[in-house]
Parts: sequence; C-alpha cells; structure tokens
Amino acid sequence: MGEALLAGAFALAALLATAVVLTRDPVRQAIVLSGYGLSLGVLFVTLQAPDVAMAQLAVGTVMVPLMVILAVAAIRRHQREEPP
Amino acid sequence: MSKGVNGVRRLRLCLMAAGALGFAAVFTLAVLGLQPFGGDVHPYGDRAVRASLLRGTPNTVSSVNFDQRALDTLGEELILVASALAVVVLLRMVRREEEDEPGRHRYGPADVFEALRVTGYALLPVTVLVGVYVVAHGQLSPGGGFQGGVVLGTAVHVLYLTGDYRALDRIRPVPLFEGGEAVAAAAFVVLALAFAGLIIPMNAVVGVEVGCAFILVLAKFFEQALLVRETG
Repeated sequence: MGEALLAGAFALAALLATAVVLTRDPVRQAIVLSGYGLSLGVLFVTLQAPDVAMAQLAVGTVMVPLMVILAVAAIRRHQREEPP
Repeated sequence: MSKGVNGVRRLRLCLMAAGALGFAAVFTLAVLGLQPFGGDVHPYGDRAVRASLLRGTPNTVSSVNFDQRALDTLGEELILVASALAVVVLLRMVRREEEDEPGRHRYGPADVFEALRVTGYALLPVTVLVGVYVVAHGQLSPGGGFQGGVVLGTAVHVLYLTGDYRALDRIRPVPLFEGGEAVAAAAFVVLALAFAGLIIPMNAVVGVEVGCAFILVLAKFFEQALLVRETG
C-alpha cells in the first residue's frame, strides 16, 4: 500500500515535470508549474516530510507561478506601451 | 574586437565545464555514500531525534533548524533578506518611469464574479489565521517560522483575486514591511548567534521576516505589472 502510494506520487511528479517542459507558452507554463509544485508537495508528504511539503506548497504552487505571471504581464504591458 | 569577445566566451565555457565536471564527480561520490533509499537505518535521523529530545523540543525539524543547525538557518535567512533587498533595489522607480495611482486603471473592484469576491473576503482571515497558527505551533507540529511566514506572505494576495488591487495596496503599506523585514532579520541574527535553541521566539521572528520578504517581493512585481510606466 505504502509502496504503491510512493510510486504513484513519483510518477505524478515525473509526469507533471515533463508537462512543464513541454508547455512552451510562459503563461500556460506558470499554471502547469503550479500543478507540478502541488505534485511535489504530495510526494514530500508521502515521503514523511510534512515540513518541507508545507514550504513547497506555498512557494511552488503560489509564489513562483505568481511571480512568473506578473513578470510576463509587465513585459507585455511595456511592449504594448512602447512608441512605434 | 569580436575575436576578443569569442575568447572571453570560450574561457567562460571552459570555466563552467570545469565547475560542472567537478560538481558531477563530487555529487556522484556523495550519492554513492548515501544510505539506500527507504531503508531502516537512519544514523543522522536517530542522532537528531536524540539531541532534540535532550533539549526538550518535540518537533525535531524545528530543533535541527533553530538549535542544532541554527548557524545554517542564519545563512538561509540572510539569503532571503539579500534577495528581497535586491528585488526592491532593482525594481525601484528610475528617472524615466512614473507610477500611476491604482485608481487610474480601474484596479479598484473589478468585474469578477460575486461568488469569487465573497469567497476571497471570507478566505482572507482564515488564511492569515492558518499562517499565524503554523508559526505559533511550529515547535510542536510540522511547520514553523518559514512555512507560516510564506503562508502569511501569500495570504494577503487573496485580496487581489477578489479583483480589488486598491484594497491590497492599502492593506500592505510597503515602508512598514521594509522596516519589519529589517528589524526581524536583525533580531534573528542576534537570536541565532547568542540564543540558539529558543525555538518559539526564533519561529516568530522568522515568520515575520519571511512574511515581510514575500510581501515586499510580490508588491514590487505587482507595481511593475500594473502601475509603473515609462515616460520616455
């Protein structure tokens, strides 16, 4: 039971990590990255590391994707406002 | 001219390759020396648990972070302070830029679903409370200053999801959080160097410091994405 759970968590993390790499548009990639962060959190819980899982959930699913999306938004806005 | 640039590039590549090879060698050696994955023998864990029980801290991770390895944590905290400081300095207003008032862009209550807005307002106090709990209960249960601080730092941004950037701007005055960041970081340096092992105050100080750092970094990113524009 425990082994199956671990294998599933590892497989999910590997799957979503591949999905992050294969997603080319930065905005979509940030969303997929958030899902990948969530899967890493699940993996850390199954590996009995709840402290790390908490930090991973907050940083990996909220902080980093939000920063990427805000950076992309800033770049697009500045490009749009540039005089032709 | 271009020959010189190429030479520099090649030198840089060689330097990088040497570093990567050295890292690969040392890393492989280190991994080969590890205990097998999922085994029953945990020499470091056993020693850490024994030491933390001797000092009366039930959560061994907190004990390792703030007592047995407080000096390592000090380094990590200073890295976070340095990166928050770098973001604030790099994303400051320069002469060719000016900042718009949040109201100018209708970044006030925007067209979001009523249900989303109500959920956001309802979740804000709950999320802040969870953050405070994770910080305050860190010496007993999983969590602690860093985890709780991150929850606190991201909690206020629920307000942005409700579509109200002006409310978010009002709830986190940047100068206050700059001061909080500096005071908490200084307090942690003193605690880590002189009073390592005082888990509860160290958790609290780290919680304030991490929360302030995350709020500052995100505030600067929000300013760049929404308000700052070039004046030419």
